Amino acid sequence: MSRLPEILRQHEGEINSNWLRDMTSAVRRNDLLPDKQLQSECKEVLSALVEGANSGDLVRLENPAWDNAKELLQSISASRAQAGFSPTETASFVLSVKKPVFDVIRKDLGGKADELFAEIWTATMLIDKLALVTSESFQVSREQLIARQQQDVLELSTPVVKLWDGILALPIIGTLDSARTQVVMESLLGAVVQTNSRVAIIDITGVPTVDTLVAQHLLKTITAARLMGAECIISGIRPQIAQTIVHLGIDLSQVITKAKLSDAFSLALQKSGRAVVRTTPEKSVGIGKQPQANKE
Amino acid sequence: MEKIPILRMGSFLLVTIQVDMHDRLATQLQDDLTQSISDHEATGVLIDISSLEIVDSFIGRMLANIAAMARVLDAETVVVGMQPAVAITLVELGMSLAGVRTALNVESGMELLYEIRGNFHSDQDHEISQT
Amino acid sequence: MKSLKRETVPIRTSSDVVLARQKVREWALELKFSIVDQTKIVTAASELARNTLEHGKGGKISLETVEDISRKGLKLVFEDEGPGIHDVAAALRDGFTTAGGMGLGLGGSKRLVNDFAIESEVGKGTKVTVVRWK
Repeated sequence: MSRLPEILRQHEGEINSNWLRDMTSAVRRNDLLPDKQLQSECKEVLSALVEGANSGDLVRLENPAWDNAKELLQSISASRAQAGFSPTETASFVLSVKKPVFDVIRKDLGGKADELFAEIWTATMLIDKLALVTSESFQVSREQLIARQQQDVLELSTPVVKLWDGILALPIIGTLDSARTQVVMESLLGAVVQTNSRVAIIDITGVPTVDTLVAQHLLKTITAARLMGAECIISGIRPQIAQTIVHLGIDLSQVITKAKLSDAFSLALQKSGRAVVRTTPEKSVGIGKQPQANKE
Repeated sequence: MEKIPILRMGSFLLVTIQVDMHDRLATQLQDDLTQSISDHEATGVLIDISSLEIVDSFIGRMLANIAAMARVLDAETVVVGMQPAVAITLVELGMSLAGVRTALNVESGMELLYEIRGNFHSDQDHEISQT
Repeated sequence: MKSLKRETVPIRTSSDVVLARQKVREWALELKFSIVDQTKIVTAASELARNTLEHGKGGKISLETVEDISRKGLKLVFEDEGPGIHDVAAALRDGFTTAGGMGLGLGGSKRLVNDFAIESEVGKGTKVTVVRWK
């Protein structure tokens, strides 16, 4: 039975004041964290350490008794990250509690070398694990930030263009995964409402591969647009894409597809009851030919 | 008892759904519309769902049923004004409402109905078809 | 996952399904979800609440705001003491119908949320837990 819980409980106050007193300025970082806040962080961390240790489980942080401590460390990791602390600095802060803890252990178990070693070993393993909680949480929140930024980039890279009254074009550049599809649908449908458009041309010239998944995503987008009353035409189908579609047995029979954007636009105009008409006669050019106007 | 009002515009019927319907109300609407189509020999039904912020599978099926029943009674149905978020959600739910015509708003919906079912003045039609 | 706020709503009648939708929307608005995310979670709630009522013969929903390292979410738990689902895997497949019903809508609801878990025992009841993160 480890005596660590008891030792921590009995010397909590002493550990706290020594911790603050002996903390190096490198770990303290007064420039990022005022003393008052540092003091309250130390008090909270130590209190959580004592509480967790009281459960008797000094090895497994998965034990629910350590939940409070873990949450506290996660939130300290987050607030310190915001303040500008590096993950190493935050971990070092937690690790710096070792010195005052070891000091009181030695005070208590001075003459008994074996016991002393055992308790110090237990303490060091435990505090290491707690420090790692802050590092891991830093990592996870980084990943979540990256995911959010990726989303922002996605939104910026799916512009919707108004080709004419009631006709939109949506050039997709890059792969079309499910996250992208959500963004594409939102941009397209939002534009449909804003511009009162009935036809949307989805150009996939910039989509490198079209497999069954991509086709499903396209179909989803087309269905969503249709539900709102807008028809979609897919253009920019390269010969290789056409082959892949057939080979994979993807059924696009319900979808209008065109190889070229210009054909799609032409069809879109037709569907909106419009036509492009020449307003000036074609000029004929040739050597020795008289211009039409000079003929009698 | 609350009921969703059905307006008549010539040979077309217009329904605007503005409340969050509980299942009974939706079923009631289905029945009332079918009755109305039959009573007035309507040739077109326009359902405006621009105020609906939620369309779940029950409402989706209601719309599909109305369109199917109307067709049996020789009337065309157009659902208009679906909100983008609703369209995205329905698609994710797996509903495509394939048998239902759609339009962006009441104006385009009416245009579509005229296109496919012609005349606005049902009284004339009515007289012509009477034997 | 840390819980911040919690409330339980009964599902006994079809008006309760409407109330549930409104309650979930309230909570989603409070959490400042985007319109699309709001619509998705409220629609999923409608589907699952209806299941609880019709298949589960009534039950309750508990709403909970949860937090996980750096994001917030809305957790909904749908519980009933109804007949339970014999083949959960089949129920999750689209188009699955029970006799007389029009499909449990579980597969669809699953796609509208981020986390989805279902426990069911024949004769005992069903519990569906979903979370939509911001």
